[in-house]
Amino acid sequence: MKKKLTTVQFRGTKEQEEKLLEVIAKHQGTKGAMMPILQEAQEIYGYLPIEVQKIIAEKTGTPLEEIFGIVSFYAQFALNPKGDVSIAVCLGTACYVKGSGDLIKKIEEKLGVEPGSTTPDGKYTLEATRCIGACGLAPVLTINNDVYGRLTTADLDGILEKYM
Amino acid sequence: METVKIKINGREYDVPKNSTVLEAARAAKIDIPTLCYLKDINEIGACRLCLVEVKGARGLVTSCVYPVNEGMEVFTNTPKVQQARKLNLELLLSNHEKKCLSCVRSTDCELQKLCRDYGVEESHFGGTRTQYEIDDSSPSIVRDNNKCILCRRCVAACHKMQGIGVIGPNDRGFDTHIGCAFEVKLADTTCINCGQCIVACPVGALYEKDDTQKIMDAIADPTKHVAICAAPSIRATIGESFGYAPGTDVEGKMVAAMKALGFDGVYDMNLTADLTIMEEATELLDRVNNGGKLPLITSCSPGWIKYCEHYFPQFTENLSTCKSPQQMFGAMYKTYYAQKMGLDPKDIFFVSAIPCTAKKFEVGRDGQSAAGVPDVDVAITTRELARMIQKAGIDFCALDDEKFDAPFEIGSGAGAIFGATGGVMEAALRMAAEVIMGKKLEKLEFEDVRGIAGIKTAAYKLGDLKVKVAVASGTANAKKLLEAVEAGELDVQFIEIMACPGGCVNGGGQPYQPAVVRNNVNLRELRASVLYNADAKMELRKSQDNPAVNRLYEEFLGKPGSHKAHELLHTHYVKRGM
Repeated sequence: MKKKLTTVQFRGTKEQEEKLLEVIAKHQGTKGAMMPILQEAQEIYGYLPIEVQKIIAEKTGTPLEEIFGIVSFYAQFALNPKGDVSIAVCLGTACYVKGSGDLIKKIEEKLGVEPGSTTPDGKYTLEATRCIGACGLAPVLTINNDVYGRLTTADLDGILEKYM
Repeated sequence: METVKIKINGREYDVPKNSTVLEAARAAKIDIPTLCYLKDINEIGACRLCLVEVKGARGLVTSCVYPVNEGMEVFTNTPKVQQARKLNLELLLSNHEKKCLSCVRSTDCELQKLCRDYGVEESHFGGTRTQYEIDDSSPSIVRDNNKCILCRRCVAACHKMQGIGVIGPNDRGFDTHIGCAFEVKLADTTCINCGQCIVACPVGALYEKDDTQKIMDAIADPTKHVAICAAPSIRATIGESFGYAPGTDVEGKMVAAMKALGFDGVYDMNLTADLTIMEEATELLDRVNNGGKLPLITSCSPGWIKYCEHYFPQFTENLSTCKSPQQMFGAMYKTYYAQKMGLDPKDIFFVSAIPCTAKKFEVGRDGQSAAGVPDVDVAITTRELARMIQKAGIDFCALDDEKFDAPFEIGSGAGAIFGATGGVMEAALRMAAEVIMGKKLEKLEFEDVRGIAGIKTAAYKLGDLKVKVAVASGTANAKKLLEAVEAGELDVQFIEIMACPGGCVNGGGQPYQPAVVRNNVNLRELRASVLYNADAKMELRKSQDNPAVNRLYEEFLGKPGSHKAHELLHTHYVKRGM
């Protein structure tokens, strides 16, 4: 699926930037170091926004587009920060036939966030996941570490209220 | 050269040891179709059109990246190979917008040709087709990803050849598309508009922003005086659009075709190339004698100018303040000529026909309006001019030669060679040498700055003055050169830089040549030879001897570098950064 660009404002700190510069310096001159640099950068920031990619581009002399190409290619890299409330709706086969498509649509409407992205205030992240192995509870979704199963769209308001 | 023996289609050949199967086959005069392969810059085996059978190999192999070895047996044209290629073409077509009838590349599209050759069924595979918005944000380049086949030739041209890299593959799988970082529009990147991506594209996914309708509208408007001037290099290339072999000089037919299109004046930009030399050589000598900023760097190539502004803003003071020949022409036309003929500059529509897509950006720059209106109204590429001629029903090949119109009809040999890398340098040296030494040059050729090498350096002793110069073409080479200057490894006073490798003859606005030609024919050298041959045959070979240029100074500008010349013929730059 096409990766969604973020609408969340960058809140990087000076300390994070210093750590990033150290990471880049450590890998400077090593061939094929872009993957570890990006992985470590994501550990520092939690995701890889344009501000971070620009620093990496400038310090490594790599075109920004090449870095963006890598980040948008690999599933392990995130363009959006994880929100305080991370909602993952299972779209595995069992959940899907039990109506998880309707669940995700309802959440999209309610929170104004597309799957794969985070609300501009950084609060909610919505993700569509593959089978999470809880087919017996289908349709299922998780919010942070909580699991909710056998849902209908009518249940959503009550559940989401707890995280508002 | 070490060779190995291989068999291709049952016949034995000696081929270079380190070649690929594709290269070996071509040496044996057997063509294997390719779509993604561009020699030296895009050898990635992605399109899978160059599949061949190799005895003993598991499955078919991609010949563009498969090395030969002793005793290898290759089959390039078996039913199995043909079927695989056909299937791959059908798969490519399944996600390709098949608007071939009106496509700008129709009849010279590499995909279309292969589909015809292989009898491809257009609608073999139905299913989803990705839909993309056309990016026409740039004044020069339009990207239509609906036609893109993801061969990555444009990406290689931008990144590997030009050292820029503002485009690349984003996302993955079925969502993969060529775009810019964070999906911004091309106009919002550091793209320099050189157009090398366009000439690399095998299909109609990249093309120049077409400005020909504006010209036809102006010609049809009786209140407009519409004039056109032809850049030095396009007479060496436009013939290719009409079936002539690369390297054919068609100046006379080109002039005749321009006249048949209905322009009120058809002029030779070689003349303002000479004018550029008068101003630039004067600027060089002034900087050398009066402690000005050195090295002086040429400013004719608008792709290079934008590159400098983005990537080397610390060098913008080194740029010559001279406008490019195109802009000088428009400026002189709307001031000197308008005054002479009693025309209102607002009623003049001035067109330049150039080998360049970056010139479309240049016409809209600040400081390019000598008469209070833009010096040049529209800049069209060689390809657009050819399309106008075709659309107008003009039988180009059958035209009798005609000559440019006065008073801008004379260009010197020095102006002619502007279209090849090293040409501006040589032209400037022909003038600077005579001014410094105060006598006529006996030998006009400065051979060290000729040829298609990416970077050239030379030193000349002109009287008491030792002049050290450097020439680079292609922005990746410009980068190397400027880094050497910055590091103090290269000490020169004068540098010529052209954004396109080989100079204007290989510009991003030049006629398309398919990969099979680009990979096997030295286009840059062939096209440049037209210009050097023209120069060699001319009596008038120095800008400073051009009577039409001298008339401009006598009647209007005063002397080179005068206040008036500065007002009309010079410009300024901005530090854009990244």
